[in-house]
Amino acid sequence: MRVLLLALRRLAASLPTLFVLLVGLFLLLQLAPGDTVDALVAQIGGGDPTMIEELRRYYGLDVSVAVQLGRYVWRLLQLDLGYSAIYGKPVADVILERLPATLLLMGSALSFAFAAGMALGVLAARRVNRWPDTLISTLGLIFYATPSFWFGLMGIVIFAVKLGWLPAGGFEEIGAGYTGFRRVADIAWHLLLPTLTLALIFLATYLRIMRASMLEVMNLDFVRTAKAKGLSPGRVITAHVLRNALLPMVTLIGLQAGTMLGGSVVVESVFALPGLGRLAYEAVVQRDLNTLLGIVFVSALLVIVINFIVDLLYARLDPRIAT
Amino acid sequence: MEALKRLVRSPAAIAGLVLLLLVIGMALTAPILFPKDPLSLAGRPLQWPFTNARFWLGTDTTGRDIAAQVFHGARVSLLIGIVATLLAITIGVVIGAVAGYYGGFVDDGLMRITEAFQTLPNFLLLLVLVAVFASDIKTVTIAIGLVSWPAAARLTRAEFLSLRSREFVEACRTLGMRDLQIIFREILPNALPPVIVYASVIMAVAILLESALAFLNLSDPNIPSWGNLIGTGRSVLRTQWYVSAIPGLAILLTVLSVSLVGQGLNDALNPRLKRR
Repeated sequence: MRVLLLALRRLAASLPTLFVLLVGLFLLLQLAPGDTVDALVAQIGGGDPTMIEELRRYYGLDVSVAVQLGRYVWRLLQLDLGYSAIYGKPVADVILERLPATLLLMGSALSFAFAAGMALGVLAARRVNRWPDTLISTLGLIFYATPSFWFGLMGIVIFAVKLGWLPAGGFEEIGAGYTGFRRVADIAWHLLLPTLTLALIFLATYLRIMRASMLEVMNLDFVRTAKAKGLSPGRVITAHVLRNALLPMVTLIGLQAGTMLGGSVVVESVFALPGLGRLAYEAVVQRDLNTLLGIVFVSALLVIVINFIVDLLYARLDPRIAT
Repeated sequence: MEALKRLVRSPAAIAGLVLLLLVIGMALTAPILFPKDPLSLAGRPLQWPFTNARFWLGTDTTGRDIAAQVFHGARVSLLIGIVATLLAITIGVVIGAVAGYYGGFVDDGLMRITEAFQTLPNFLLLLVLVAVFASDIKTVTIAIGLVSWPAAARLTRAEFLSLRSREFVEACRTLGMRDLQIIFREILPNALPPVIVYASVIMAVAILLESALAFLNLSDPNIPSWGNLIGTGRSVLRTQWYVSAIPGLAILLTVLSVSLVGQGLNDALNPRLKRR
């Protein structure tokens, strides 16, 4: 209960941030050359001044910037993201259609990066400054420096084109009509390479943080006590060190949630996945600012929610926080 | 001096330094070795590397010399990396210093803005900036700088929070120095080293951001950027994969060199951390 209260307080603290964000976005939009009406008029090939004025009044563009800002924030508070002229339906609908694929991709990439980063970090810390440590740390540096889209492309060349083991892109076999378990397996098959691609950069960071955190915790007094009472080295790590060393890793999930969303833009474009990131890219290309800003807003909400969950997890791992 | 000696003794830092010098060398010699416009037609399209002595890295889909693009691309990547990093560090240091020094509601306000930037995925914000303004190289560089400053601001603020109540700052106040003088002339030099080390991270990310943007065809199409070339190669990925592979390696090695040098710098400045 106390944990929930604490997390809720953190959630409330992020509201001013969200507000600043909305105002910033709105002001940014004001800087964009031309407004909705200009775009519309250009699309229908010009119009007379009275009609343009009529349209301005219709879209609420005839009032001062401050009033427009107030209306805009009020609309967003009601989760009304506006209308996408390109897709011909409300932005919220378009986003909701695309959200599941992105959440699936992010979730699986995060799980993989977390698990693999943890395992490699523990391995490196146990053999610190010997060859396994050097090898793992070097690999981590290389992963960090690899552009994810390039890794994805090379993955397609090797695993889809040369070896023919994995599909080159797409979310599922279109027209195959799989249902139930077959469909789940098919989607997992298609998401394998994208997940690895997105996980790669984060794997490097998780690995490095886990290694440093392990080394720090292994020097603490309670670990020496555990060793002194005769526990095997493996048991000391699983029963005592791991839980404490995981704290910075959990913090990292919250910090990197945003980066991961940004990374999914590129990865979804490489693998032609129908997700939020690809939608963002399409919105930029088509100059669909309403959709783009909607995505930005939803992403910010997503990051805040992820951080809320991280707070809960954190309190679960470290009971001292809640008291 | 001691720090420099430590830097030179670390093999990883040396490797990074050599790589970085190599990339800088490529950037400097590009106009001498490849005086022609790297984006102009040079020969038959899609020649494999090492098959024609004139184009030792081959040609791309429109018959442009890949080697020339890689060399000129080094200029673009380094330039964007350096300028965007300088911009990010400047914004971050000023905001962090003012927030940390004054505290109170100034700090609250500035930190809310910083958090707003951190909540937003920076690649998405970059997309918004490019969509609203234009995608010429100047705008792209400034936009990358604008999305990269929050971490530098937090770092500077933390340093200022711990430094602002030290005796030497009290002494400056007693002497009647003005706030700006204290902030920039007295405290800042003490707060800067960790920020400078962090600059290598910002630069590495900036280079990756630009290449991702160029890969998506949202950066300046009129400059020989590595990301642009990878995007070009995508259409022939199934057969002529080298068009995408070669510039990708160039990005990897450049970012690797910047991170290695940064890490070496960090270890050299904080020798106690290195033991771990």
